[in-house]
Order: sequence, then C-alpha cells, then structure tokens
Amino acid sequence: MSHLFGHDHPLNVKAGVGNPIAFVERFDPRARVLAACVFAIVVVALQQIEFALCALALAAMTMSLTDPPWRVTLKRMAAMDGFIIVMLIMLPFTTPGTPMFTVFGAEASKEGLMHAILVGIRANAVVLMMLSLLAGMTPVTLGHALYRLKCPAALVHLMMFTVRYISVLHDEYHRLRMAMKLRGFKARNNAHTYRSFGYLFGMLVVRSLERAERVLEAMKCRGFSGHFPLIDDMAFRRRDGLFAVIFLALITALVLLDRIYVFAY
Amino acid sequence: MHIVDGALAPEVLIGGGGLAVAGLGLGLRKLPIDKIPATGVLSATFFVASLIHVPVGPSSVHLIMSGLAGLVLGWTAFPALFVGLLLQAIFFGFGGLTVLGVNTVNIAFPAVLAGLLFRGMVARVPPVPAAVLGGVAGAFSIALTTLFVAIALGLSGDAFIPAAKLVFFAHIPIMIVEGLVSAASVYLIAKVKPALLQPADPVEDFQMQAAVLRANQAEQTPNG
Repeated sequence: MSHLFGHDHPLNVKAGVGNPIAFVERFDPRARVLAACVFAIVVVALQQIEFALCALALAAMTMSLTDPPWRVTLKRMAAMDGFIIVMLIMLPFTTPGTPMFTVFGAEASKEGLMHAILVGIRANAVVLMMLSLLAGMTPVTLGHALYRLKCPAALVHLMMFTVRYISVLHDEYHRLRMAMKLRGFKARNNAHTYRSFGYLFGMLVVRSLERAERVLEAMKCRGFSGHFPLIDDMAFRRRDGLFAVIFLALITALVLLDRIYVFAY
Repeated sequence: MHIVDGALAPEVLIGGGGLAVAGLGLGLRKLPIDKIPATGVLSATFFVASLIHVPVGPSSVHLIMSGLAGLVLGWTAFPALFVGLLLQAIFFGFGGLTVLGVNTVNIAFPAVLAGLLFRGMVARVPPVPAAVLGGVAGAFSIALTTLFVAIALGLSGDAFIPAAKLVFFAHIPIMIVEGLVSAASVYLIAKVKPALLQPADPVEDFQMQAAVLRANQAEQTPNG
C-alpha cells in the first residue's frame, strides 16, 4: 500500500490504529470539515496583516495539537510557498503606490509589499489549518463526513473509488516504469521520452479501464444497485459542540476586529 | 497552475464556486451509476498522472492530461477532476479550500471543452490523425487552463496582470510537452482499445438509463 496520503492504511476508517490519538483527531470529522471551510472563508476576507497573523497563529496552535511529527505538514506548506513565491515577489513592483526601493530600475511600492505579505500569510494560514484539521483523517473518513454533510452520494462514491484505486494505479505505474528502466529507458529532453511517457500513460488508462470493467462485473455480481451503505460511527458529542462554539467565537472575533479596524482607520 | 487561497478577489471566488457547482451538477447528471466505477478508476488514473514527472529543459513538470480526460470522459471529466483536486488540496496542501471552485473550473472546463470539440473527430479517424488531434486537444486544454488562471488573477486586481502574463508564457513549454504526451497516449489507445475514445452510442445510453430506473426501483424495495 502506498503512503501517498500520509497514512499507513489509507482505506481504514480510523487513522493510526493502535497509536495514541492526537487531540484534534478526537473531534467529529464533520465538525472539522466545517471548521476548516469557515476558517478558510473568514481568513481570505481578512484585510489587516495583524489579524491575518492572528489567524496564522491559530492555525499553528491547531497544528501543535496534531500528531507530533509536523515535518510533513511544514514540508507541504513550504511546497505551496514555492508555488506562489514568484507572484509574491512580483507584486510590490506591479502595484502603484509610494515607492520604497528600486531593483534594476523597477520601483517597489509599500502598498504592493504589504499586499504580498498579506496574501502570503492568508495562504499559509488556510493551508496550515486545512492540513492540521483534515489531513489527519483518512480519505475514507473524509468521504463519510462529506456524505453525512449531504454531499451528493454519486460524488462521494466517485471519491471513494478514486481513493481506492489511486494506490493501485500508482503501483501499476511503478511496475510499468520499472519495466521501461530494465529496457534501458532514461528520461531525457527528447521526443522519444515524451512518446514513451505518452505510451506509458495510455497503457495506464487502458489497463485501468479494463480493471474498472472487472470491478463493475464483480459489483453487479453482488447486487450493486447504485448505493453503498456507508457505515461509520460518527457521533456529534458535547465536546464537538464545545469545539464548534469556541472556534466560531475565535474567528468571529477575528473578523469583527478586522472590520472594526478597517472602519476606524 | 494551482491558485492559492488569499490571492483572489471574493467576487472571483464566488463566481468560480458557482460555475464549479453548476459543472459538477451537470457532470453528475451525465454519470449513470454503471459508470461510477469506471469514472472513479479513471479519475484515479488522472490523479496518478499528476504524480508522473516528465523532464522539461533542466527541470521537470508533472503531467496534467486534462485534454485526454476530456476525450475519454466527456462531461464526467468535471466531477472526476474535481475529486482529484479536492484530494490534492486536503492531503497535499496544493491549492486551497476557497479557491477549489476556481481551480476546478480552470482545469475541468477546458478538459470538457476539449472533449466536446475533439471527441467526435478523434473517434472517426485512423490512429495517426487521431494522435494529432489528441495532441492538439492536450495542448489546447492546457492553453485554456493557463488562460483561465491568468483571467482569474487579472480579474482580482490590476497588480496581478504581469504575474498572469508570466504564468501564461511560462506554461508554453508545458503545453508543448502535454501535447506530445497526449498525442502518444491517444495513438496507443486508438490502437489498443479504440472503444475508449468512442462517444457513447444511443443504445448504450438507453441501457444506462434502464439501469438507473432499475436502481431506483431497487432502492424502493428494502435491500441491504
């Protein structure tokens, strides 16, 4: 089983069987999904760097309540920062405003720099909170939570199939790639490489569809009628309600302070 | 290619979210229950595509293959690619939650459009011209995706316009690579399993509908 999603057993409903459960993991998945969504919506609406920093601190606090090796979470956040760094560096030079310093004849404005910092903090806060609250649950638990939150059943089933077969097809890809390697294939910058990768992916698609046909036959054989029973033991307990209230109070305070600040100054 | 949270204007986020919901609704309506396993497995395949790194110049890029997804899946490429983006956002931190709608529209809509434009032609011609068309479809969907990303950034503020232009031009080599890889994939599929590229015929469609009706009946009787 591959470790793509950062779980030893991504298809289990419970994460990390046998290990002590992290504090964040003890809350109802539905509450965590909703909390992450509300947090994201509120944070992208924040206008002041100070309050965006508060949000980032809140996300960091949540991360400190997840399982201790935070290396993976931080690595993923760094990867995301790699995506946006070019855009953030360009912003000061493209926003009109009071000039601050010049690099190679291009003027950087204060407003642009502030905007870039704000965007960077908001992006990091949302991703950190999302990874802390949601990445700890297995993809299957996430599917169950979405189903209980009234997502269309077809979409949830589609997601379950996707999750189930990603690791299978990733292994298949590694097998095909190994076979290519044994035949002396080395990825270079030439048409042969691109053609080989194209054949590789085409073969992957063909094999996956043949696999899907077998899966459907097997499912029909067992009387599949368009619905899977999704069995879980989610229960919204008092501590989930408490978590929801505290979380909501914190982010409401954050957004209210932010708005008051905007109006006051 | 992924836009992150916090950069776009609220209007763009809401607009993207609305379009994504509409596309998902339409895609799910075209997804009969018989097709859920096949679509799920193909969705997983296109997720794996994003884990395949191909060398471009001194660096490497991961495949997207949205053009091929559109050719193979048609409208159902929308939910299939959405699922992939959702998993990437939540478990890998690529993109974010509020931009999920915008990102889905950016990637899935060009895929669907490529499918609608090229599917009929690809199905009717022999493998070599089919490969050429497939390559065009692959490059076209990436070009449209980068254009959409640029538009989403440009609509969010004039300051983003240079960044948007940079995004577009930086992706030209990726378009070429995607086109070449898609062409080879379509050539292989056209040779090995041409049925994959055929649009669903009316008889099969009727059978799908019948399956849905049967399923509805089955749901009304008490079962498992």
